[in-house]
Amino acid sequence: MTAPAAAAPQQTDQDGIRTLVQGKVQQLLAFASLIAIVVFFSFASENFLTYSNITSVLFSTVVIGTLAVGATFVIVSGGIDLSVGTGMSLCAVMAGVFIVNMGLPIWLGVLCTLLFGGLVGLVNGLNVTFLRLPPFIATLAMMLVAEGLALVISGSSPIYFEGDSGYTDISTGSVIPGTDFPNAVLILAVAALIAGVVLNRTLLGRYTYSIGSNEDATGLSGIDVRKWKIIVYVICGVFIGLAGVLISARLGSAQPATGMGYELQAIAAVVIGGTSLSGGRGSVLGTVIGALIISVLNNGLQITSVPQEWQNVILGCVIVAAVYADQARKRTS
Amino acid sequence: MPHSDQPEEQPRQDSASGEAGEAAAKPPATSAQGTEETEGTPPLLEMRGIVKGFPGVRALQDMRLSLAGGEVLALVGENGAGKSTLMKLLSGIHTPDEGEFFLDGRRVRPRDPRHAQELGISIIHQEFNLMPDLTVAQNIFIGREPRGRFLLRDRELNSRAGELIERLGLSVRPEQTVGTLTVAQQQMVEIAKALSYDARILIMDEPTAALNDAEVAALHDLIRRFVQPDTGVIYVSHRMNELEAVSDRITVIRDGRYVDTLNTAEATMSQVITRMVGRELTTDVGPEDVREDRETVLNVTGLCTKSLLRDVNLRLRQGEILGLAGLMGAGRTEVARALVGADPVTSAEVTLRGRPVRVSNPADAAGHGIGYLSEDRKQLGLLLDQDVSSNIGLGSLRTRFQSFGFVRDKAVRAAARESVESLRIRTPSENQLVKHLSGGNQQKVALAKWLVKDCEILIIDEPTRGIDVGAKEEIYRLLNDLAQEGKSIIMVSSELPELLRMSHRIVVMSEGRVTGELSAEEATQEKVMHYATLRPESERADAA
Repeated sequence: MTAPAAAAPQQTDQDGIRTLVQGKVQQLLAFASLIAIVVFFSFASENFLTYSNITSVLFSTVVIGTLAVGATFVIVSGGIDLSVGTGMSLCAVMAGVFIVNMGLPIWLGVLCTLLFGGLVGLVNGLNVTFLRLPPFIATLAMMLVAEGLALVISGSSPIYFEGDSGYTDISTGSVIPGTDFPNAVLILAVAALIAGVVLNRTLLGRYTYSIGSNEDATGLSGIDVRKWKIIVYVICGVFIGLAGVLISARLGSAQPATGMGYELQAIAAVVIGGTSLSGGRGSVLGTVIGALIISVLNNGLQITSVPQEWQNVILGCVIVAAVYADQARKRTS
Repeated sequence: MPHSDQPEEQPRQDSASGEAGEAAAKPPATSAQGTEETEGTPPLLEMRGIVKGFPGVRALQDMRLSLAGGEVLALVGENGAGKSTLMKLLSGIHTPDEGEFFLDGRRVRPRDPRHAQELGISIIHQEFNLMPDLTVAQNIFIGREPRGRFLLRDRELNSRAGELIERLGLSVRPEQTVGTLTVAQQQMVEIAKALSYDARILIMDEPTAALNDAEVAALHDLIRRFVQPDTGVIYVSHRMNELEAVSDRITVIRDGRYVDTLNTAEATMSQVITRMVGRELTTDVGPEDVREDRETVLNVTGLCTKSLLRDVNLRLRQGEILGLAGLMGAGRTEVARALVGADPVTSAEVTLRGRPVRVSNPADAAGHGIGYLSEDRKQLGLLLDQDVSSNIGLGSLRTRFQSFGFVRDKAVRAAARESVESLRIRTPSENQLVKHLSGGNQQKVALAKWLVKDCEILIIDEPTRGIDVGAKEEIYRLLNDLAQEGKSIIMVSSELPELLRMSHRIVVMSEGRVTGELSAEEATQEKVMHYATLRPESERADAA
């Protein structure tokens, strides 16, 4: 036993350093890509690196960013949520119902919308745990249900928040005196910060990683996997509700038919940010960077007059490059 | 411990000296104490009249078991005998239909895994229950994280894990990600996790299935340190020589029923096996003739890989079983994988019956008639959710079972039926899903896949891993028959007795190099271990 024992500690030291670096590489990579893209567009167009354009990039990140942060929880736990896009439309409509139709005070209407989003997540969670539907199927079904319900409830026409200027301030107003820096960006920043702390530093976060890493083992360790999975979907649902509030406040209206497609953008942001679709690995910071990469690309391509049609082509290529880089790194390590 | 310093010692002597050492180090000798305790105080754990059924199956009938304080009780039985059901009852994953459990004479009934742990029963499952993306410390204390009102206290978590690791003398650090550890290290994390519950009863299911001899010795050492007068271990294993090394008594179960309990010191291996299988086994089907004059089928020189292998040379003759021995990490599996192109090779000259060939992926290898059976049968060798015939036909769909791109299903089934017959695969039909077969029969299906493809060379990694004793014999006989028929086999194994018994020649590796070669007559456990523990550098120094 002498030989292996002597070799072992040395080996573990190296391993330790390697694991320490490994965990951060994908985030660094994503962050470096973001910087590179920003630098590129700064040179490509002088209109890019201006206060008003940066603000508008950040503002356009808000909706996808919020959905993506919520989806990060589900994806780290080894699941997927396809209902975030149409769920957001449904929540926006519900905000209209609560505030415009029912005349609830804004704060209460927003709270009800967040709870309603949580309810959407709860149904997803119950379907995944108690009915044991694969998350893809359960949330695909919810995607369709939410799309339909949004149209039914709104009568297929937008609900306008007229006379409720306080409501649009949630997104477009500014609490920073003397600037027009939109509140929505600050709300996303705070929400992401809280989400990051929850995922990294709380029991819920620890179990989210644990379930995504090995669900059976987590259960055998005496942890109520079903309960925590439901909570994870509910959290994602609350973020869906938040996104519904932010997008309807930005537009001044609840648009029932615009959510479809956002779910894929959100998942793209999560994946670009280095979260593994098979669960167990990922971070909120990475997701925020991923969402920023998407909106910087969209904005930069617009500013440099690349036709709209090409933007998604380029985004698709970015996803391939990001995930390939992640995989290649894992293979070599 | 005697294990590590003198690996050449026979298992029987091993156990004797191990017990002697124990008796000197601690209060009374374990076996004597066992009887003493049953007279005075109640046993640590007792199960009586346990019945457990599943839809369509009666898994356990009138099962009983008694574990005294301070003893290691071995639990043996063939696959399907009911060991894993028994353990699932103990760990609270299932509850029994009838019967009672007693802890220190007190009636208990584990409700769920957590409750079992609170009762002091910890189980280490065969398949590790670890979260590969979490750290060692996070894994050990999963479900019991130190935390404040909202946030986790990771510093405290790491320091507590560090203390535990130090106490157990393990070579891992709390912050390491478990997925980056070796199998043996992961095993140690499992044990640390079990012990962190202040377990009084530790149940280990095949704990050494993936360990090499030195690691097994270290594990047994750990078990001995764990066993105190008020704690006990239930040790489930297929490896007979280990039972003698580590256990005080052996309980045998068969077909869901209790059969017998023997004192290890008095029992012979064949007594145990007889009780397990319910019949006598003929054990000696070792290699008959030396095959020096046979044609060389496969010749490999200068095989190197980026990570481990250095200048490996191998020669495989027609109709020969070539054993590949070495400690864990020596590069046995790596050689097998490199030979079939599953891993990239930096340099190698490979000739097949004298003709140079290039094998850059497993499809090339299969095209040259080289079949590879992975040590990880379930993940890499079989499609568990598909039936026997799909698995057998899979490798030969293009060459044998298609016309104009359509799969000739009937032909596949016919070939599968033939294999089921000739390899004596125990399955209701060729339509049975492979996951429902026992380990031994799964291995035969994996073998059949390559035989249907007419492979002349078979590279088999751990042919009997996770296979029970009776079925092992059948696999051995099958491999011998194949060699007799002229197939050439490279057999990689971490079980020395198996290699010694089966191989015409044994090539021993250490740290990625070949350090020795032994013919069947020369080969002994001592000599193989000598080469396996050689450090290649010092060997070269000797030669110079």
